[in-house]
Amino acid sequence: MGAIETAMKTEWKRLCALDEIPQQGSRVVKSAKGDIAVFRTAADEIFALHDKCPHKGGPLSQGIVAGKVVTCPMHSWKIQLEDGEAVAPDKGCSKSFAVKLEGGEVWLKLG
Amino acid sequence: MKKLKLVMIGNGMAGCRTLEELIKLAPDMYDITVFGAEPHPNYNRILLSPVLAGEMTLPDIVLNDLAWYEANDITLHAGKTVTKIDRVKRKVIAADGTEAEYDRLLLATGSSPFILPVPGKDLEGVIAYRDIADTEAMIDAARHHKHAVVIGAGLLGLEAANGLKLRGMDVTVVHLADWIMERQLDKTAADLLQKSLEAKGLKFLLGKQTAELVGGESGRVAAIKFKDGESIPAELVVMAVGIRPSTQLAESAGIHCNRGIVVNDTLQTFDPKVYAVGECVAHRGIAYGLVAPLFEQAKVCANHLAMHGIGRYQGSVTSTKLKVTGIDVFSAGDFMGGENVDEIVLHDPAGGVYKKLVLKDDTLVGAVLYGDTADGAWYFQLLKDKQNVAEIRDHLMFGSHHVGDVGHAGQSKAAAMPDTAEVCGCNGVCKGDIVKAIKTHGLFTIDDVRKHTKASSSCGSCTGLVEQILASTVGGAYQPADTKDKPVCGCTEHPHGAVRAAIREQHLLTIPEVMHFMEWKTPNGCASCRPALNYYLISTWPHEAKDDPQSRFINERAHANIQRDGTYSVIPRMWGGLTTPAELRVIADVAEKYEVPTVKMTGGARIDLLGIPKDKLPAVWADLGKGGLVSGHAYGKSIRTVKTCVGAEHCRFGTQLSMSMGVKLEKMLFGMWAPHKVKLAVSGCPRNCAEAGIKDVGVIGVDSGYELYVAGNGGIKTEVAMFLCKVKSDEEVMEYSAAFLQLYREEAYYLERTCHYVARVGLEHVKKIVVENAPRRKELHERLLFALQDYEDPWGEAVAKPVKRKEYEILEIA
Ligand code: SRM
Ligand SMILES: Cc1cc2nc3c(=O)[nH]c(=O)nc-3n(C[C@H](O)[C@H](O)[C@H](O)COP(=O)(O)OP(=O)(O)OC[C@H]3O[C@@H](n4cnc5c(N)ncnc54)[C@H](O)[C@@H]3O)c2cc1C
Ligand code: SF4
Ligand code: FES
Repeated sequence: MGAIETAMKTEWKRLCALDEIPQQGSRVVKSAKGDIAVFRTAADEIFALHDKCPHKGGPLSQGIVAGKVVTCPMHSWKIQLEDGEAVAPDKGCSKSFAVKLEGGEVWLKLG
Repeated sequence: MKKLKLVMIGNGMAGCRTLEELIKLAPDMYDITVFGAEPHPNYNRILLSPVLAGEMTLPDIVLNDLAWYEANDITLHAGKTVTKIDRVKRKVIAADGTEAEYDRLLLATGSSPFILPVPGKDLEGVIAYRDIADTEAMIDAARHHKHAVVIGAGLLGLEAANGLKLRGMDVTVVHLADWIMERQLDKTAADLLQKSLEAKGLKFLLGKQTAELVGGESGRVAAIKFKDGESIPAELVVMAVGIRPSTQLAESAGIHCNRGIVVNDTLQTFDPKVYAVGECVAHRGIAYGLVAPLFEQAKVCANHLAMHGIGRYQGSVTSTKLKVTGIDVFSAGDFMGGENVDEIVLHDPAGGVYKKLVLKDDTLVGAVLYGDTADGAWYFQLLKDKQNVAEIRDHLMFGSHHVGDVGHAGQSKAAAMPDTAEVCGCNGVCKGDIVKAIKTHGLFTIDDVRKHTKASSSCGSCTGLVEQILASTVGGAYQPADTKDKPVCGCTEHPHGAVRAAIREQHLLTIPEVMHFMEWKTPNGCASCRPALNYYLISTWPHEAKDDPQSRFINERAHANIQRDGTYSVIPRMWGGLTTPAELRVIADVAEKYEVPTVKMTGGARIDLLGIPKDKLPAVWADLGKGGLVSGHAYGKSIRTVKTCVGAEHCRFGTQLSMSMGVKLEKMLFGMWAPHKVKLAVSGCPRNCAEAGIKDVGVIGVDSGYELYVAGNGGIKTEVAMFLCKVKSDEEVMEYSAAFLQLYREEAYYLERTCHYVARVGLEHVKKIVVENAPRRKELHERLLFALQDYEDPWGEAVAKPVKRKEYEILEIA
């Protein structure tokens, strides 16, 4: 754990059961850091991004998930779920958050 | 796994494009080594002409710089000519002794200019026009000498002559045939072209045969002598009389050649380890000399080198555009006319415009355009698609009016537009941005331009204009995509039609099944193909295939329309535009209770509640539902509205009960998903107050019954609906409308509106089935009713079913 993270004293918080997020879909969490979109892929991996597209702030949670990419519903930028980076040739990044899956439960850490 | 070794001979346009495609598909499969006789990285040979004309410089035209080879781990032997292929030991040997072993060999040796076998052909100052060295030799000659002679008035010869003239030389073009560019133009167009080139100062000698090139004292060429005895001064002679596929190397290695290296539809030569692409190739007996077909070959070849085994190259139709600034010539297909064909000709000598369209059995087979080539790309598309043009024949000559649509009025010629002119209104992209992207990234297709600039990626109304800019920037290299055979998206090689057919024939029921059966390249598809597949499945197998909400665009998944601020709009259905005081009261109450910021009448004659947060939607719908209001589907590729006028119920002119007809139609179609949205209108008389003339299905009451119109559109590009037939009763209106819409649902490609669908298949096709074939009409009608039966209001479902409600609930952090 990095020094900065420790200083912020962030902790893992339970969000929901995995089943409550549809495969190739997402759910939105309200947080002190703004809305966070939590995605579930077809392979049951979990990712969390700030729910704001780097283009013009569109809600990424409302996009279509395919592989590890979500397509923004506003103007179809493609954003990588792993790091929040836009797929080239577009450029920009949405902040990503740490999430983990434990015993069928989804946990989030605000960092 | 150990990497395989791929060696490519010839570092030109076709070969490098193949490598680019291959790296996209299988970045780690091969160790790649490239031999190129020229001491340069791959450059855009086409643009040698603008370089010669002084419009561009050599650095501008590099397509793959040295950093590209490095980044992709490609060993480049630039300036090394391969002289021997040892097929037994599987290695190639260059003139300087450099060797490289291969598991796969790719021949891309291009072609060599044909040199007339006349005395003096080896003198200094006699060159061909093929590469950077030739171009530099011409630029140098223009500095030191006065008289240039270009032999051959084809595309290359004229571009060379034009460039030399612009560099100050006195240029004569010598040509054996009776008119210039005889293989691309008819005599009328050629004469017009010759006149404008003469106006630029070029001289022409036609019907002349070269006998000898005469050397001067310095050993440099000094004059050209013709068979008829005449002779003119020439310190530079450019031979542009044709090209020959470069096959010597292949032949010496025993690879079968016949006017080119013979390849099959997978670009494989007779030696299965050896592939070949580009001008050196003979495919089904044809060797191509333009890049567009070569790029198609590259794509297929790369696919097979990557061992995906998908795709066949089946030959190309080509078009020609001359790259001489200020002169517009275009030709494609079989333009000479002759027996069994019709010619439509427009000739305005004073205006400098000549157009000839050649038709055979209602399809366009050839076109020559001079002076105004704005519609070249459109004609070429019609020609390649073999589209039936019977319905548009009488205005075919006047062009697509692709540009000049709503939002782009007044801009008709891409080339004349200033760089600052806005092309794409949706994404704010100017012409300059597009040209810059095309040049810096070496783009050749409209899809590439879309990806890099976003131009024409939204509403698409500027597509025609972007195509023109592309065409005028890259010249003849531009090849419009085959609309009929275009793959669904980058995830697959298969076009929409093939996917629809497979779903039907193989009885495929889920998206993963389709992707597996059709060998999708991505595991879960993308936001373009999944919605299409979902629609194809549920429309082909209603009540059997299960709808996949995650493969729907957010509006259809949430049953409301997402707004720019992330809230949603709610539009309850008002059947036929009719409402009641009770309904209005419910809407008013909801608007107050949920503090709806905006209440608006829509263009579809109903009320829009805008700005509702997503988590409030189920509650809003519950309240509306109690008052009897259901979803208006203002968000879907689905039935939208049936607009009506007051009609015979109230209007003094009304001939039919348009309101009740409209309500009946809307109730019949409730819940109908379609390739795109569907709008209807019913007017009570030909005054047509419901605007039925621009609807997907328009119904107009007349004294003796109803007139039915189809395939109208009031959106991006206004299309007037076409007359389908006349019917007598309300029941017939329902049956014919339903049959037309079901045919559209079964045959159209996803995101094709009825106007695009009918333009593709032809109105005749629709009439034959819906009007003339009563049994098929009834079957279609029944299939639609079957698909729609038991459709539940999605708003009611979202309220009643907890599973569906999840979509709208926000998670809390524990
Ligand atoms: C609400 C409404 C405007 C209004 O306030 O009047 C509207 C709003 C939108 N229209 Fe429309 N259209 C509305 C009537 C129309 C009409 C007029 C009509 O229906 O009589 C047209 C032209 C007629 C036609 O479709 O042929 C129209 C042609 C379009 C088009 C162009 C379609 C085309 O094929 O060219 C689009 C873009 C598209 O669908 O791809 C579009 C797309 C849109 C979208 C959905 C844009 C989007 O994708 O988000 C707009 C949603 C705005 C929002 O934030 O909710 N809208 N739109 C109208 C809703 C009517 C209804 O009650 O259902
Ligand atoms: C001036 C000019 C203008 C043109 N304008 C247009 C146009 O407007 N539109 C259009 O579509 N097309 C145009 N063309 C044609 C187009 O450039 C060619 O069709 C295209 O470049 C062919 O690609 P290729 O890869 O087959 O061959 P090339 O691009 O010629 O590449 C072949 C390469 O292989 C090398 N080579 C050959 N043998 C060997 C060997 N034994 N060892 C190593 N290297 C070898 C050659 O030196 C060459 O560099 C134009 C061509 C010219 C010359
Ligand atoms: S409502 Fe229609 S016309 Fe108006 S801005 Fe939106 S899409 Fe464009
Ligand atoms: S806001 Fe996401 S693509 Fe524009």
